[in-house]
Amino acid sequence: MVSKNQTLTLNHKPGHIKHDGHNMTGFIIFLCSESIIFFAFFVGYSVLKISAPVWYPSGINGIDVKMPLINTVILVSSSFVIYFAEKYLHKKNLWGFRIVWFITMIMGSYFVYGQYVEWSELTFSLQSGAFGGMFYLLTGFHGLHVITGILLMGLMLYRSFLPNNYKGGEMGVESVSLFWHFVDVIWLLLFGLIYLWQ
Amino acid sequence: MTIVNYDPRLVKTKNPYPKGPNDWKRFFSFNTDAKVIGIQYIVTALFFLLIGGLLGMLIRGELITPPSDLFDPTVYNGLYTMHGTIMLFLFLFPILSGLTNLLVPPMIGAPDMAFPKLNALAFWLVPVFSIILLLSFFVPGGPASSGWWSYPPISIQNPLGKIINGEMLWIIAISLSGISSIIGAVNFVTTIIRMRAPGMGFFKMPIFIWTVLAAQLLQLLGLPALTGGAIMLFFDLTFGTSFFRVEGGGDPVLFQHFFWFYSHPAVYVMVLPVFGIFSELFPVYSRKPLFGYKFVAIASFGITILSLVVWVHHMFYTGTPMWMRNLFMFTTMLIAVPTGVKVFAWIATLWGGNIRLSTPMLFCLGGLFNFIFGGITGVMLATVPVDIHVGNTYFVVAHFHYIIFNTIAFGIFAAIYHWFPKFTGKMFYEGLGKIHFTLTFIGATLNWLPLHWAGLLGMPRRVASYDPEFAIWNVLASIGAFILGVASIPFILNMVSSWVRGKSAPPNPWKAIGLEWLLPSPPPHENFEEDIPTVLNEPYCYGLDKPFVEDEKFYVEKSLKKH
Ligand code: HEM
Ligand SMILES: [Cu+2]
Repeated sequence: MVSKNQTLTLNHKPGHIKHDGHNMTGFIIFLCSESIIFFAFFVGYSVLKISAPVWYPSGINGIDVKMPLINTVILVSSSFVIYFAEKYLHKKNLWGFRIVWFITMIMGSYFVYGQYVEWSELTFSLQSGAFGGMFYLLTGFHGLHVITGILLMGLMLYRSFLPNNYKGGEMGVESVSLFWHFVDVIWLLLFGLIYLWQ
Repeated sequence: MTIVNYDPRLVKTKNPYPKGPNDWKRFFSFNTDAKVIGIQYIVTALFFLLIGGLLGMLIRGELITPPSDLFDPTVYNGLYTMHGTIMLFLFLFPILSGLTNLLVPPMIGAPDMAFPKLNALAFWLVPVFSIILLLSFFVPGGPASSGWWSYPPISIQNPLGKIINGEMLWIIAISLSGISSIIGAVNFVTTIIRMRAPGMGFFKMPIFIWTVLAAQLLQLLGLPALTGGAIMLFFDLTFGTSFFRVEGGGDPVLFQHFFWFYSHPAVYVMVLPVFGIFSELFPVYSRKPLFGYKFVAIASFGITILSLVVWVHHMFYTGTPMWMRNLFMFTTMLIAVPTGVKVFAWIATLWGGNIRLSTPMLFCLGGLFNFIFGGITGVMLATVPVDIHVGNTYFVVAHFHYIIFNTIAFGIFAAIYHWFPKFTGKMFYEGLGKIHFTLTFIGATLNWLPLHWAGLLGMPRRVASYDPEFAIWNVLASIGAFILGVASIPFILNMVSSWVRGKSAPPNPWKAIGLEWLLPSPPPHENFEEDIPTVLNEPYCYGLDKPFVEDEKFYVEKSLKKH
């Protein structure tokens, strides 16, 4: 009988379907879809910039790269840090995980702080032509993602203290860390587009 | 007629819901059961079909005479905007999600969707954004009135200066609808990829599943672009940014790109499942296997890919550069190839078949006929010179209604009738169904066929008054619209009365092949529960000499679990 063995391994017991694998698949699909929003914004930025007779609002010749560069370094390194947090969890070193995970959160928060400082020093606003709108839209939308990421990390940290957890908790950690890498890659593209291409 | 290929031993006889589907309270509850959610979607959507239809009849009432006498032009603009929006976002998308929810898990042998809670969330967003949209009738300035495509600059003007205005509510509602669809799409794709019954490889999936997968991938790839555009539109309207404002260095045509990058594929999001429905039903009602199963399956993906690269054909007359027009004319024409493969396969399936003209089949045949017609006018529109001539006339309106109503809605009705016994456990009244079909076909044809001529003669769309030379076509169209309104009466009557006191349905009234027909009617909560079948065969093995591969083994094999 061809199918007997196959059947036994493939069948789910009803009511006890393992959702773990689905979660990851679903999450990856979601991220692919989300990257298209960013992609749309990037295309919008490029099209407007290329076709604009005047791009920067009057009085501005470009934007300062120093501050965001520091931010970039922080965010990119946090992607490595979070990788080690995950490693610790896989090695069942719960405290190692918590500490390194928390460091990632701090790095993310520093990024948000840096962006806040940058925004408050800028001399153009949302209403300053196509550039002003695009700048705040892109950095703001990305910033929202960073904040979401930090909140999700906080949630995972909290869950790591729940009794009996962290048998199923790895799943959430993996998704959040994937999300964090995603936010990081988007930032790199965004950085190139806005800050390097002046 | 050949014997049906299902193993009667597999069919459970016990009715899973003793109070059955008539226990209507389940359908008003927060529930994570895909079958309940499916019916919730369908009933909600049909309600909005009535509302949208009412607005449509008001539009046709205005257009029955040349001058603008019933409504003043701003009200008229609000009417067609809301008509289009409701029909697309509150009727077609939700009803297709509903059918998908009902059909996908049982057809692939899964107990439920991959994320039941997200599924419920996606559904309950529908009433939320519907109410937001309908509220716009009551805000100062009335509902959005810049058409369902909402092009700037008109859509970002706010003459009243009010923060809360119809256009803003429109954008919020559409964005929520987008979120609901994305959640749904993630769920459908994950379910299809991960939860198929053992043995059901990709080339053993029913075509409906293929088309749902293709359509939902399109949602995932296209919809975020519209959402991005909607966010930018919202900022322009509410916070005074200049993404699409020429004065501030913005570009209104950019919005059109975002909009059509999604909204062209969106037509395939809607039509692909209907192609799936045709492919399911033609074999059943003509007792033949689907011709060229693999080609039809692959064609679905051909359509998906091509439909992402044709959007500019909606922008031929907005000053698009010539090279772009030609490029997109070419890609648009290419899409006729996979579509043609499907049409050919259906006709070959019907050819020489043992055709049963029951209600679902009538709707399918009517839909196929209209689709061929709408496809031809589509190819005409894709030719740049023709489009420059008839774009913005009633020819376009006629074309897309031939597709959107006369094909897509026909397919949806076919599906509702076909699977009604399965999910309600009751048979519908065939006579009423046939009356419904006849009225719908006459009404739809009378409504939109004459408008092709009005358009070719140059009657512009989106205006409340027109030159008296077009009067005759409009009178015909308006009569057709009212007939369509009347057609809803036998339909509602049929659905309600047969659900309440129709004859009980057997598990497989049409002698169809497919996992869902192995279940009792209505199916139990987790579909196959313990007996998840193992799929051995391609779908649609009707009428073959030897329908069962693997020497006389059945189409599915009862799995031996008892862990
Ligand atoms: C298969 C399902 C189809 C659906 C649901 C559909 C639907 C629509 C809709 C809604 C519009 C009007 C857009 C507006 O509001 O301005 C439209 C226009 C158009 N359709 Fe289709 N269509 C389909 C098939 C096709 C095909 C097969 C072709 C060509 C091969 C085609 C070519 C066009 C063109 C070129 C226009 C633009 C006309 C203009 O605005 O000037 N369509 N279609
Ligand atoms: Cu199109």
